[in-house]
Amino acid sequence: MNPLAEPIGISHFMVVGAIMFVSGVVCMAAKRNALGVLMGIELVLNGANVNFVALSSDFLRGNPADGLGLDGQFIALFVIVLAAAEAAVALAIVLNFYNNHATIDVDRADELKG
Amino acid sequence: MLLGIAWLVPLASFTLIVLFGPRMGKHGVGAAYLATSAIVIGLVCSLIALAGWLGKYGFSSAPHEAEIAASTDDGAEGHGTAGHAAEGHHAAGGEEHGRPLGKPVAYTADWYTLGEFGSLKISISYYIDALTVAMFAMVTLIASCIHFYAIGYMHDELHDVTDHEVTLSDGHHLHRPGRFHRFFQYLSLFCFSMLGLVYAGNILMVFVFWELVGICSYFLIGFYIERKSASNAANKAFIVNRVGDFGMIIGMMALWSGLGTFAFGDIEDADGNVRPGIFSLVRDPAHGFELAVPDRMVRAAAFDNVDEVVVDHAGNPDRLAPESEIESRLPSWRAEHYGYWLLVIAGVGIFCGCVGKSAQFPLHVWLPDAMEGPTPVSALVHSATMVAAGVYLTGRFYPVFTPEARLVIAYTGGITLLLAATIAITATDIKRVLAYSTVSQLGYMMLALGVGGWIAGLFHLITHAFFKSLLFLCSGSVIHACHTNEMPRMGGLRKKMPWTAYTMLAGCLAIIGAGLPPLFGFWPFGFGLSGFYSKDSIIAQAYSFWTENPTHGAFLFAAAAGGASMTAFYMFRLWFMTFAGPPRDHHVYEHAHESPKIMYVPLVILAVFACCIGWTIRGTWSVTNLIEQARWPGEAGVGVLLPSLVYPNEHLSHGHEIHLVAGFTAFSTALGGLLLAVIFYGVRWLNPGEVRQQFAPVYTFLLNKWYFDELYDLLFVRPAHFVALIIAWFDKKVIDGFIDNLARWTRGVATIDDMIDRYFVDGLVNLTAAWTYSLGQSFRGLQTGKLRQYVMLIVIGTVALTVIINFAAAR
Repeated sequence: MNPLAEPIGISHFMVVGAIMFVSGVVCMAAKRNALGVLMGIELVLNGANVNFVALSSDFLRGNPADGLGLDGQFIALFVIVLAAAEAAVALAIVLNFYNNHATIDVDRADELKG
Repeated sequence: MLLGIAWLVPLASFTLIVLFGPRMGKHGVGAAYLATSAIVIGLVCSLIALAGWLGKYGFSSAPHEAEIAASTDDGAEGHGTAGHAAEGHHAAGGEEHGRPLGKPVAYTADWYTLGEFGSLKISISYYIDALTVAMFAMVTLIASCIHFYAIGYMHDELHDVTDHEVTLSDGHHLHRPGRFHRFFQYLSLFCFSMLGLVYAGNILMVFVFWELVGICSYFLIGFYIERKSASNAANKAFIVNRVGDFGMIIGMMALWSGLGTFAFGDIEDADGNVRPGIFSLVRDPAHGFELAVPDRMVRAAAFDNVDEVVVDHAGNPDRLAPESEIESRLPSWRAEHYGYWLLVIAGVGIFCGCVGKSAQFPLHVWLPDAMEGPTPVSALVHSATMVAAGVYLTGRFYPVFTPEARLVIAYTGGITLLLAATIAITATDIKRVLAYSTVSQLGYMMLALGVGGWIAGLFHLITHAFFKSLLFLCSGSVIHACHTNEMPRMGGLRKKMPWTAYTMLAGCLAIIGAGLPPLFGFWPFGFGLSGFYSKDSIIAQAYSFWTENPTHGAFLFAAAAGGASMTAFYMFRLWFMTFAGPPRDHHVYEHAHESPKIMYVPLVILAVFACCIGWTIRGTWSVTNLIEQARWPGEAGVGVLLPSLVYPNEHLSHGHEIHLVAGFTAFSTALGGLLLAVIFYGVRWLNPGEVRQQFAPVYTFLLNKWYFDELYDLLFVRPAHFVALIIAWFDKKVIDGFIDNLARWTRGVATIDDMIDRYFVDGLVNLTAAWTYSLGQSFRGLQTGKLRQYVMLIVIGTVALTVIINFAAAR
């Protein structure tokens, strides 16, 4: 059976989410540029967001009377807000790091090593 | 009351000097002025009180009128006092009638109650009668003179002193700062204690001040504390006095258990109840003041019988029955002399204290050694304060003494008198001669009291105080001039220091009782210096006692008469050796000089008093008549042990035939002694040295003071040392050993404890710390600071966790 021929279901969304998550993680682990790492974090977060939204569809919910059916969307909104806050802080750190070391290479930022 | 002020002012002075002494003027010179002004204020108060007393009661002895009339029935009319009493009665006015007949006038009350335990009441109280007033005047007057004198005498102490009698271990003489203020501080305390003793209204308070006097004498005798001899003498005085005080405590306990009160006089409390004092209990006014054993004392002594009665009535429902039975049986118990011995013990016990304080045989050894103190102290100790206290207390307790106790007193006095007089003959230290003379004169007083001469004894106390303080101050003046105490190095000083020499001559004449005896009615009283009257009355009383009691009286009269001649001999030996003849040591003679004015003016004052304190002015004004007012009437009764002992009434001794014999005895013995002294030392018909060789054993015996010091050393001091050594050994070896071992054990246990703590407990803690450290160290490599590595680790860890959980869940 051709998976592309099937109607779009939850698994498709979850596949997209997974791909985004993994590429985010890889991006975090592989990039030496701090901004790249931050982008990877965004990818990870948004991959998770896709999963949240997908998994809150009516299809998976047993009893529609239990709530508005918007739990996943709400959590996704929170994650976006958190991501924005986190990005602001992280960019500030990066900026300061750049001011002090004239670089944003994360491998050079090893002053906190044990 | 004025006497209260007189009493407390020296205390204030003492306190001030203690607090500010060293800062008073240059080297504490202000202390002298403070102390002196304090005692002068005391003197003024005492004199005002004396004047007040005389203004109120005159010199009369009106209360005794009836008694005298009764006792002089046998025709031996007391020509002196009875007649005076009749005169004085008019002067004293009608207020005498308000009092119960016979009881002496005395003001007594509690000042402050310290505590009340059942019927035992401890309070600060006063008992003031004519004797107290007279003693106050005497003590403050003499103390004032001595204070002034001491300002001159002690001036060496105003700057740093080099004591030539103390050699330090490095061969130098001791050099120390002067102690001028301290001397006056002690003098003030001394006066305060003595006045308090006289002022006291109960025996407990007397005891407290008694001890204060003792400690003051200790301080002052040991004033040159660095000298070994001085500190020894101070210790000796203190310890010997303790022996006597022990007896006194026993006497106090006997009195307390028998009478239940310490107070002398009857004290009226706030409710108007009168608590009878010791005197009224022992000599009940209701029974004519006859000495009788009080009910309580009988009960206390007959406690076995009381128990018996109580047991017999155990089943009796009437609770008062045993009480009434005891009441009814009391007279029969009294007839069996229950309680009488308690009274004897009380009397003898109190007298024991007086023996210690007044340096009577066998406790006389401390007084001559007390010469180590500065001379003003000797004068004070020997005349007005310390030794006078003993005689005063004997006189004060006179109503309590039973015939047996009185006989003990008389014999003690007689022995002391002879003993000390013989020692004084051979002594060469000028102060020691005077010291033994004091002991001998105190023996006189005790003898007088013992043979019933209450007035004679106390009169001699007062006259003696004046001339003995005079003699001591004179000797101090001589020592001050010569810097030596040894009479053989003096001689001829009369020309150098006339004031001292002639005042001392007056003192010598006074002490030997110089005077003209009564000449067969032509000159009925005789005339002489003060010592003449007092000594005369003692000898008269002794003679009168002899006529009544041939067995005991002979020795006592012989002692009194023999003592009189010896007194004359040694006093004039002293005077001749010191002041007359050619100078024996030219170095001393050249350096001798008359003392400053502040020293010889008190001498003159005292000389005047020494001469005339005994005079009877206008037939009524005399010290004896004043003291007479304090006399407790009634007789001692019949002794149990010595029923034959009869005490002649003191007024009988004024009878013409007795007085005449006594007067001539006193005169002739004194004259004999004086002539002997003149022969030996004045005109030198006989060489003392040859006589000394002829009687060598006697001389050595006397020179060594009858070997009393050696005897006591052998009997008491050595055994005490021996026992002390054993105890010290025991202490050192056994007790200290035990303690040491205990300490050693404790130390061992502590060491083990320490090891456990160090190796076990600490080890555990250290080990944990080491582990933690090494763990941290090993984890340290993990934290590389590489961000990407962390991410990888997180991912790997997450994946691994997921895989593990999945596998675990699958199984």
